[in-house]
Amino acid sequence: MIETFFNAAIMAQAWPIILAGLGNTLALSLMVVPLGLAGGMALALLSTLRSPWVRWPLMAWVDFFRAFPPLVLLIFLYAGLPFAGLELGGFACVGIAFFLNTGAYYGEVLRAGIESVAPGQIEAARSTGLTRLQALVWIVLPQAVRAVLPDLLSNTLEVVKLTSLASVVALPELLFQARQAQSLTYNPTPIVAAAAVYFLLLWPLVRLLSRLENRAVASRR
Amino acid sequence: MIQAKGIHKQFGALHVLKGVDLDVAERELVFIIGPSGSGKSTMLRCLNRLEVPTSGSVVVDGIDLLDPRTDLNHARQRIGMVFQSFNLYPHMTALGNVTLALRKVAGKSRAEADEIGHAALARVGLAERADHRPGQLSGGQQQRVAIARAIALEPRVMLFDEPTSALDPELVGSVLGVMRALRESGMTMVVVSHEMGFARAAADRVMFMDDGLIVEQGPPAQIFEAPLHARTRGFISQIQRH
Repeated sequence: MIETFFNAAIMAQAWPIILAGLGNTLALSLMVVPLGLAGGMALALLSTLRSPWVRWPLMAWVDFFRAFPPLVLLIFLYAGLPFAGLELGGFACVGIAFFLNTGAYYGEVLRAGIESVAPGQIEAARSTGLTRLQALVWIVLPQAVRAVLPDLLSNTLEVVKLTSLASVVALPELLFQARQAQSLTYNPTPIVAAAAVYFLLLWPLVRLLSRLENRAVASRR
Repeated sequence: MIQAKGIHKQFGALHVLKGVDLDVAERELVFIIGPSGSGKSTMLRCLNRLEVPTSGSVVVDGIDLLDPRTDLNHARQRIGMVFQSFNLYPHMTALGNVTLALRKVAGKSRAEADEIGHAALARVGLAERADHRPGQLSGGQQQRVAIARAIALEPRVMLFDEPTSALDPELVGSVLGVMRALRESGMTMVVVSHEMGFARAAADRVMFMDDGLIVEQGPPAQIFEAPLHARTRGFISQIQRH
């Protein structure tokens, strides 16, 4: 059992490979989370416009990309688009797929936050001469983000975990590297090591999330 | 100072204001009373265009608020508003609440804005609460910060929308005290409220609104002691019972 799953010699051999994978997973996360947040913020801000010409397409967009499995989206971009003469490369495909998918999720979270801010806040701001945009930037968004911070963090956790999808387009992130090491050594220890690395990476975020959620519950009492 | 003429406001099929005229002279304090749903708050909100009248005209301090060429955000600095539910920004300190528009709209530096802000908080008796957040203040203190936020911009007119209705009775006095001081400094004020004691002592004119119209208006003594209309009498006797 220990020989199979926790083999020290194999671990030593696989460690540099896995470390390289960790580096790429971090780089991917650092690209994908800000992209998703930016996309989500754009969607949430658009949703504050009351025009049906904005609202309906926006709703369709968000629904579509929340219902579309990100793995399918990624494979379509990577393996489908080349048939139309568009070869984007793994990194770009991951960036686009995550922008579309997680942007829609972040967008819904932020929209809920914006809608949770009392309308009187905007009225007070406008009554002192602030423009719509100034009221949004200085009054609404700070309160909106604070209100949905646990949800934003929870979504971010999911996004970091989802970066393992990049392994299917041969991007050498943590899971991909672990599988490489596994096939080199004919032993599953590298997969166990990758799981441990994911856990160590994400556990502090999970703890932070629990604390935020507890605080949110306490403040509602 | 304020000339509003023929104000109509419809929300879909609901006709909330049915042709209201309101003239307020400089330094005058006009009180608006009336049952809930009579349109008095909507009327007040038309005076800084938080509500856009369906028809009519609103001119404040010589500025036509309904003219599309009017710089509304500039005009609103001259029209302070105080809300029933205070509407302070909970993520900012009292000073931050007071100085935001000074910095972002009036274009003051942070140092200038802070100086004006501290002075405004001192005027409402909260100089030492500048660094408190709204959540750390009582309702009466919050409403006084809201008044400071409005007067810091040196408005020509102040609008009060039921400023004491959300307060515990023991906190009402402090807010009315600030309003009385403001009145004595010569501020033009329009107040929607049922504080009859304050109206008697401070108002130049009381208007009774019902069903989207001004039923009658006059000096407080006349409206409260000898109203001409049965509807006014009914309403006055009702609020006096409370």
